[in-house]
Amino acid sequence: MTADSTPALVQNADADTDGRAPAGPSVARDAQARNIKVYLQYVAAKIAGAVISLFAVLVTSFFLFRLIPSDPVKQMTGGRRVSAEQLQSLRHQFGLDQPLWKQFTSYVGDALTGDFGTSFQFHTPVIDKITEALPATLLLTGTAYVLYTALGIWLGTRTAWRNGSRSDRFNTAFALTLYSVPSFWLGLLLIIVFSVGIGPIPGMFPTGGLESGGETGVAYVLDVAHHLVLPVITLVAVGYAQTLLVMRSSLLDEMGSDYLTTARAKGLRDDVVRRKHAVPNAMLPTFTLMFVNLGHVVAGQILVETVFSWPGLGGLFYQALSVPDLPLVQGLFFVFATAVILANTLADVLYPLLDPRVGR
Amino acid sequence: MVTRVPPPSAQPRSRMRILLASGAAALALAAGSIVPGMPLGAAPQQAQAADNGKTTLTVAVAQSVDSLSPFLAQRLMSTSVHRLMYDFLTNYDPKDNHTVPGLATKWEPSADKLTWTYTIRSNSKWSDGQQTTAEDAAWTFNKMMTDEGAATANGSFVANFKKVTAPSPEKLVIELKQPQATMAALDVPIVPKHVWEKVGDFSKFNNDTKFPIVGNGPYILTDYKVDQYVKLKANKSFWRGAPKFDELVFKTYKDQDAAVAALRKGEVSFVAGAPALTPAQAASLKGDKNIKVNEGPGRRFFALATNPGAQTKDGKKFGDGNKALLDQQVRQALFLSIDRKTIIDKVFQGHAVEGQGYIPPRFSDYFWQPSDSQKLSYDPDRAAKLLDQAGYKLKGDQRVGKDGKPLDLRILCHATDPNDKAIGKYLKEWWGKLGIGLKVDCRDDVSVPWYAGEYDLAFDGWSVNPDPDFVLGIHTCSALPAKAKESAATDNFICDKTYDELYKKQLAEYDPAKRADIVKQMESWMYDSGYMNIIAYPNAVEAYRTDQIKSITTMPEAAGNIYGQDGYWSWWSAVPAAADGKNGSAADSGGSSTGVVIGILVAVVVVAGGGFLLARRRRSTAEERE
Repeated sequence: MTADSTPALVQNADADTDGRAPAGPSVARDAQARNIKVYLQYVAAKIAGAVISLFAVLVTSFFLFRLIPSDPVKQMTGGRRVSAEQLQSLRHQFGLDQPLWKQFTSYVGDALTGDFGTSFQFHTPVIDKITEALPATLLLTGTAYVLYTALGIWLGTRTAWRNGSRSDRFNTAFALTLYSVPSFWLGLLLIIVFSVGIGPIPGMFPTGGLESGGETGVAYVLDVAHHLVLPVITLVAVGYAQTLLVMRSSLLDEMGSDYLTTARAKGLRDDVVRRKHAVPNAMLPTFTLMFVNLGHVVAGQILVETVFSWPGLGGLFYQALSVPDLPLVQGLFFVFATAVILANTLADVLYPLLDPRVGR
Repeated sequence: MVTRVPPPSAQPRSRMRILLASGAAALALAAGSIVPGMPLGAAPQQAQAADNGKTTLTVAVAQSVDSLSPFLAQRLMSTSVHRLMYDFLTNYDPKDNHTVPGLATKWEPSADKLTWTYTIRSNSKWSDGQQTTAEDAAWTFNKMMTDEGAATANGSFVANFKKVTAPSPEKLVIELKQPQATMAALDVPIVPKHVWEKVGDFSKFNNDTKFPIVGNGPYILTDYKVDQYVKLKANKSFWRGAPKFDELVFKTYKDQDAAVAALRKGEVSFVAGAPALTPAQAASLKGDKNIKVNEGPGRRFFALATNPGAQTKDGKKFGDGNKALLDQQVRQALFLSIDRKTIIDKVFQGHAVEGQGYIPPRFSDYFWQPSDSQKLSYDPDRAAKLLDQAGYKLKGDQRVGKDGKPLDLRILCHATDPNDKAIGKYLKEWWGKLGIGLKVDCRDDVSVPWYAGEYDLAFDGWSVNPDPDFVLGIHTCSALPAKAKESAATDNFICDKTYDELYKKQLAEYDPAKRADIVKQMESWMYDSGYMNIIAYPNAVEAYRTDQIKSITTMPEAAGNIYGQDGYWSWWSAVPAAADGKNGSAADSGGSSTGVVIGILVAVVVVAGGGFLLARRRRSTAEERE
């Protein structure tokens, strides 16, 4: 239905004082349909871009790790009693005696069907190794992500709103200090203080691992939660500063805006002006950062996972790289890159819904 | 827009609800401190008798398991576990490493040296109740001989086997292609045929699908979590006698400092260094009255290897090793200018023994020392004379060859080994004084330039077994690569007729004393050649809690290591400390309410951030209407 087909009576009735007819419902619908179409085109472009990126990652991962000057077979069997025949047999087993182009085509072909091959060192399908370690990583980094994002946004808002105050200076300096602290060092410090115990502080938390073993049901949940505390604190401590600073600076940018002056002039309370007017607009850059960080949740945290002996993807990636266990390292790289690409694509897709200026 | 304003009282109440929820979550996080039946801060696993009276020995290990299949496992962690799960034909005496009965009670060669007959004991049972027989051993070896996947880990042991049969349940007969003196040192786990014959693809089966795993060793594997722990229970019907601990747990600690912290706390009973505790860690643990630092002669040697000219089996030369090192005088000059004592004192901080022969002193039968006239002790003056004789004269502060080129060398170093880097600095200084330039080339993975022969010198090191055949074999011509730059069994391209003949001779010599004599001749040749210079034998440095482990057998028994032994002696012999109702660790001070409070407070801090944000509900008022 077009504007031309709108009954004249309705048009007249709706005419305002200067004789211009406001857009009728059909015009509005058309505009909405146009917007939806534009948005869908935008989304399709983003998804297409993501698919191309994923394929590029697939190709890159194969060649990237073959640039590492290393002999996986020799590394794996280092220090062991192996004959030349065994070495040759292993090379054959792993397909390393095939020409590079053949290795590449079979890798891409298999990967497109979801098969990333078998790990050299663990003799297990790569997908199984990844799905084995993924929950532990998601539990650790996911919990930390939620906490440091929330803490960063809250503190960032507070510090910006009280720009220049003592609490602003202290919070910003404290967050930056923690941000600069090496995570493995902080982790070890927490183990010494809260796990082993020091002075009057008794040891309260386990020194490492995800569980004690042998627990079931509620006891198991509590046991895992108990093991989770210190690594999560470590990740939150070193991670919240980034969100805080982005939130703080974007809110400071908004603070001089006219619309806030207008809001105050209307007599709104200060915290209403902050929460209802300033923060939603200042959230846009933070929103981007949140999705960027979300993409990295899957990649785990090699250092923290190592210090706390957490059986996640970070530690697995380290083990895979040290050989290099090519199928495993390729599979992990692809999974990490996929997570980042998906998170960014999701951010791109959602952003126009938050900020209509985007995607037009 | 009209906004509904909630009654004022609703707001604090809802905030309170959320805060309470946060608090509950925090309590959940801290709840581990109040796990029923476990006092606050108590170690989850401890050697002390628990309520059920079970004793557990927890070992902190650095490695995780690569495979629980003895046909695939390469890592020391996995092979150590296999030692406990499955019996081997023979074992090594913890006192002096001589061969003692294992699954086999007797073994004897035929007159022509080509057939070995083993008598299999009748008092060994699999954990599912079935009798262990010679058929199990024959099947294990035959599988490795006929299935490429099953030969992945231990194929080299059966490379010289012609035929393996079990004419009766007590008789195992192995026929060889060539005489082989190592037949009493077959370090191969014997598996139950009735379980393993159902396995399809040996290259993919990891033996981690069904627990408990059927075995006949001193312990039975009951549980395994990837990258976390391996749990074993004592095999009460083990023929040598049941272990004293009811349960043995290998817990993965990826960070050695964290493992040391776990030992301090009492969460683990023993820390295995990777490969040893650092001097700083050992020193800090020595101050703890409940911890014993065990230091004994290690099974490794730390050496400097020279590139003797890389070549293939058929004599094709490759690589770019410095030609100067083809001269024995130059090689010897280099080693004469190494002050081993300084390296032991400053780099190893006393936790090593000065290197001499190729085989470490703990293997007393094969340990060899150079005579006084043969010894290449620290003597820079003699080194300078040797260089002069070899034609490398000093010009200014540089040694220059007959071709007028300065003598500049490269040394391959492992970037992950701080000892390599530290010793590299000393060598740079000592050789610099002689006029030799040195570039220390540290790599994460040295194997590529190494196997390409693109190095002059390299830091080298191997773990030696009670039978030295393998570490001797890696310097024979047959270990050279078939193709240039291809990885091979060779350690560093040594290929010498004299050495090879001695190697073959020792392998065919079944008299232990005569064989040891030949091995010592090989070591003497190696020392004089200057191809391998043993700088040190690093000590094994480990630690355990004396309030959890009363006694434990080291190997060698007089002074040796506990983790990674050639046998199961340490974990089989370990005796639990008498349960006195409390943990030895100061950290495990029981259920103090202070601990609970602090535990909860810490957890609250974690959750409070998120909880408080959620709690901040909008305070809608009439003023907000626009």
